[in-house]
Amino acid sequence: MGAFESILLTVITAATPLLLAAIGELVVERSGVLNLGVEGMMIVGAVMGFAGAQATGSPYLGAVFALVSGMGMALLFGFLTLHLVANQVATGLALTLLGLGLSGMIGEAFVGQPGIRLTGIEIPVLSDLPLVGRLLFGQDVLVYLSLALVAGVSYVLFRTRAGLIIRAVGDNHSSAHALGVSVLKVRYLAVLFGGACAGLAGGYLSLVYTPQWVEGMTAGRGWIALALVVFATWRPLRVLAGAYLFGAVGILQFHAQAHGVAIPSQFMSALPYVATIAVLVIISRNRILTRVNTPACLGRPFVPDR
Amino acid sequence: MKKLFGIALAAALGLGMASAQAEDKLKVGFIYVGPIGDHGWSYQHNQGRLAIEAAFGDKVETTYIENVSEGPDAERAIERLARDGAGLIFTTSFGFMNPTLKVAKKFPDVKFEHATGYKRADNVSTYSARFYEGRYIIGQIAAKMSKTGTAGYIGSFPIPEVVRGINSFMLGAQSVNPDFKIKVVWVNSWYDPGKEADAAKALLDQGADVISQHTDSPAPLQVAEERGAVGFGQASDMIKFAPNAQLTAIVDDWSVYYVNRVQAALDGTWKSEDIWGGLAKDMVLMAPFTNLPEDVANEAAAMTDKIRSGAFHPFTGPIFKQNGEVAVEDGIILDDGALLGMNWYVKGIDDQLPQ
Repeated sequence: MGAFESILLTVITAATPLLLAAIGELVVERSGVLNLGVEGMMIVGAVMGFAGAQATGSPYLGAVFALVSGMGMALLFGFLTLHLVANQVATGLALTLLGLGLSGMIGEAFVGQPGIRLTGIEIPVLSDLPLVGRLLFGQDVLVYLSLALVAGVSYVLFRTRAGLIIRAVGDNHSSAHALGVSVLKVRYLAVLFGGACAGLAGGYLSLVYTPQWVEGMTAGRGWIALALVVFATWRPLRVLAGAYLFGAVGILQFHAQAHGVAIPSQFMSALPYVATIAVLVIISRNRILTRVNTPACLGRPFVPDR
Repeated sequence: MKKLFGIALAAALGLGMASAQAEDKLKVGFIYVGPIGDHGWSYQHNQGRLAIEAAFGDKVETTYIENVSEGPDAERAIERLARDGAGLIFTTSFGFMNPTLKVAKKFPDVKFEHATGYKRADNVSTYSARFYEGRYIIGQIAAKMSKTGTAGYIGSFPIPEVVRGINSFMLGAQSVNPDFKIKVVWVNSWYDPGKEADAAKALLDQGADVISQHTDSPAPLQVAEERGAVGFGQASDMIKFAPNAQLTAIVDDWSVYYVNRVQAALDGTWKSEDIWGGLAKDMVLMAPFTNLPEDVANEAAAMTDKIRSGAFHPFTGPIFKQNGEVAVEDGIILDDGALLGMNWYVKGIDDQLPQ
């Protein structure tokens, strides 16, 4: 295996959880809801994915557990913010804290146990092709799923009626409501989709990335995913590019270090956030960009009766 | 309202009686910096707490507070344990040093033990473990097992504790192969399985075939297992995560020390001390030598005995710094002060130490 190929493989592994969580959050935010609880949904997904794989012996069922548990957390968020109109920012933060605590409690019995790895697929002949074999045809299903999600979300958001409705709800919920769209229903579905993606992203960590359970193993990746959505100015393909960029920067940093190039690792750890702030500054200087891409109703609660 | 007050009073009295009953028991409190589920540093301290319970049964009662951050919160947490009647309190992270001393001043009758610190008082002991002893042994093993002559080393933060470990590892490796190379990568975290795994992959991709780590998760070992490389467990025996890749592990074992100190407190012989114990005091253990040729395993066991008996010290001169300057004269053993403040690499390490 060549070094270049090997680096690419590592980058894919590092980027996929970011991509999964971010593409879900993108849909949530496009519908006008700001869910800061990605980290919390992710870590619950990680522990439940691990638990599911242990209980059933199948990492695929583990991934399903992760997905469903992420949706469970999202449902709670939806109930609080959409139904009871609680403050979205505070609820999202609370969801993260809840997730971190809850996962630690659930996972206590799993500490120190090796997990079951969700391995890459094997296609006869194709997977063994030189150079591109493992890269294109030897990944695990979640990698392909994450890429399919980007394509799917991109298509649905910008090429279908359903996408138009989601964006309408996110941009002007009153108008959407006046047109007869059920704003809350759309937002519920978006929030659940986001939870499923975040849960799956967590499952990716405990089933593929590092098949084990340790408390707090998401280590801030949920926050990076949130930053990524802004970095990508709410565009799916840019989320894809951003996730791979952030993943690659992390990996290349280690290679540079191992080569003896002295880059302060603190700087590299901060880079995703610095990049996001830079993007925020750039887009807020350009009004057209802001107006085109930022969901105008982002974070604003909707109460039909008022 | 009156009734409510009565209930509260009764409850308070009840509590008072309960704590009066508990008086004859020694209450032992622990403050952990991380979750006990980290399978690393805090996990091992908690194993020590469980050992106390197993050893003394009804004679002691243990409590702990986990996830205490190293700031103003720490003082409150420690004080809470002291107010709850703890007679002996272990604060298990470097950053708890000043809070521990502050609370100790307020509670002169409570005994405190602070891990890895250097400030003491009449009722505050300090203790730490000489993990570098184990690092010398794994350095020798690494040099014997490596085909490429290069080891990858995953560091957390460039603090003396970690730098000392890297140097000790390198000195061990050089005693076998003077041209041995080491690649160091800093992940800037004690604990991020994903990053640790990425770092391990990067090191393996760059020609290292042995991985050593000074971070807490088993992720690097899992990567080694997957890639057919070898490595060493950290803090606890991680053989379950890498049955074919773990050669041995440097295990933090606080249980013997904790049981001894609780015994001393019960006997009334406890006094403020500074304990920096290693293999000899059973505070550092080597996990079984596995996946090794018999002669390498035997030599490692022999070296372990040699260090344990005091016949050999890893930092015995001559030792040179990177620029060739003499750090330790021939035949001299580096003193503990210099070990504790170590901020230089030994000759042969090509990397630059981040400052």
